[in-house]
Amino acid sequence: MSRQRLSFWWFVGTLFAALLLMLVPLPHVLDAFKPYWLALVLLYWALESGDQRVTLGLAFILGICADVLTGVLLGEQALRLCVLAFIALRFRSRLRFFPMWQQTLAVLALLVNDRFLLLVVRAFAGESTPPALWWASPFVSAALWPFLFLLLDDLRMRLRLQ
Amino acid sequence: MPLAREESSPLFAGTAAGTLRLIFYLAMALVLMVLDHRNGWLWRLRYATAIVVEPVYRLASLPADGFHALSVAFADRHMLTEQNQRLREDLLLANAKLNRMAAVAEQNQRLKELLDTQHSLELHVQLARVIGVDLGAYRHRMMINLGARDGIKAGQPVIDAHGVVGQIIDVLPNSAMVMLVTDPDHAVPVMVQRTGLRTIAYGSRNGQQLTLPNVPMAADVHVGDKLLTSGLGGRFPQGFPVGEISNVETAASGMFLEARAEPTADLDRADEVLVLHDLAESAGPPPPAQPAGPPASEAPAPASTTAVPRGVVPESSKPSAKPAPAQTTGAPPT
Repeated sequence: MSRQRLSFWWFVGTLFAALLLMLVPLPHVLDAFKPYWLALVLLYWALESGDQRVTLGLAFILGICADVLTGVLLGEQALRLCVLAFIALRFRSRLRFFPMWQQTLAVLALLVNDRFLLLVVRAFAGESTPPALWWASPFVSAALWPFLFLLLDDLRMRLRLQ
Repeated sequence: MPLAREESSPLFAGTAAGTLRLIFYLAMALVLMVLDHRNGWLWRLRYATAIVVEPVYRLASLPADGFHALSVAFADRHMLTEQNQRLREDLLLANAKLNRMAAVAEQNQRLKELLDTQHSLELHVQLARVIGVDLGAYRHRMMINLGARDGIKAGQPVIDAHGVVGQIIDVLPNSAMVMLVTDPDHAVPVMVQRTGLRTIAYGSRNGQQLTLPNVPMAADVHVGDKLLTSGLGGRFPQGFPVGEISNVETAASGMFLEARAEPTADLDRADEVLVLHDLAESAGPPPPAQPAGPPASEAPAPASTTAVPRGVVPESSKPSAKPAPAQTTGAPPT
């Protein structure tokens, strides 16, 4: 019982840490290269425990929390994370058995798609189009994906959580 | 157990219920976005949830603060003494300049009193610390640690030692958000210091610059010209440095010159900023002049009650005016 509770708090803790990481500033030069931590952690859990834990409702609520924290249009990240979670859950059984490099490419595709969504939302909200460097973030995120995946998986194994 | 999982997420075809759920959530997100875009709900929500949101900001700014504290703690003595020396020299220089300025300022004040303008050179500022929180790349926003409880209101200008940083757009109880001058949605009325030419500096789309898209073709603008706030528009007080022109070229339309400027304020490195409390004097049209003519007391008696503006009519005259129509309307029956 307590192990189950522990694994629940581990799940919530990683998501909260991702929210915090989103807010932690990087040196100004690296600003554009900031990975989308929240999406990465959500993807990890979507692949790992599937819709037992990660549902569209969770993605929606997480997105609303992120919107409230960053002060962007309310619902923007909720929309993006919902789409992300939906695709990841739909193709979960295949993504899980991909070798790591294929999985990384899939994550890259998901995140680039996410940027396109963001661009559309921003265009409708009347914001100006961002510079070219803005597209660097999905590539950085995808490059970090194997490390994040292995780290989280390893920690989970060591703590014997599910 | 794995079998049960496989059933819930089949290998190829998805369930219709899942797609319906996605459509439901997407529709909800879209409705939220439209409502928020129209009404600006987000800030009301943020204000209500500030008890939760603000500690999260403080938590997220801990690494930046810690890094800052570490860099101070491990800075070697040589560097600190050097910095101290430099600050001392700066202070000396600034004080010397201030002393020279004091006499001029006093003279200026006297002359202005003679001219009967209420243009003050004094500054009422509040020192604010920048909270090290990242609100997204290319967002041109900054959080400071003063909020509604410190009397901060939306619209107050924010400056640092070198120039205008931006203005406050949203206020939480203990923190506030500053829109930087480099934001594409931001505009400052400026004038070129050398020639007095007035124009508007917008934030630019890419990076840390300002653009001046509509400078007249014949205008005398050079690289290196300094831009000051012109005080028009009534938001930024007059005379604060905004930027320095770095590039002038003909706009794509061929009708105007388009200039680019580097902001003078340290937008990336600012740790502490000043929030201005004196809003500039309103730049609207002057109040209407008193109508020239003989004073009201000298006016003929019957006309005076109608000529006096409505707000000035004494209370006592109103009851006396009301019975009169009543009497006239009541007259026919009798």
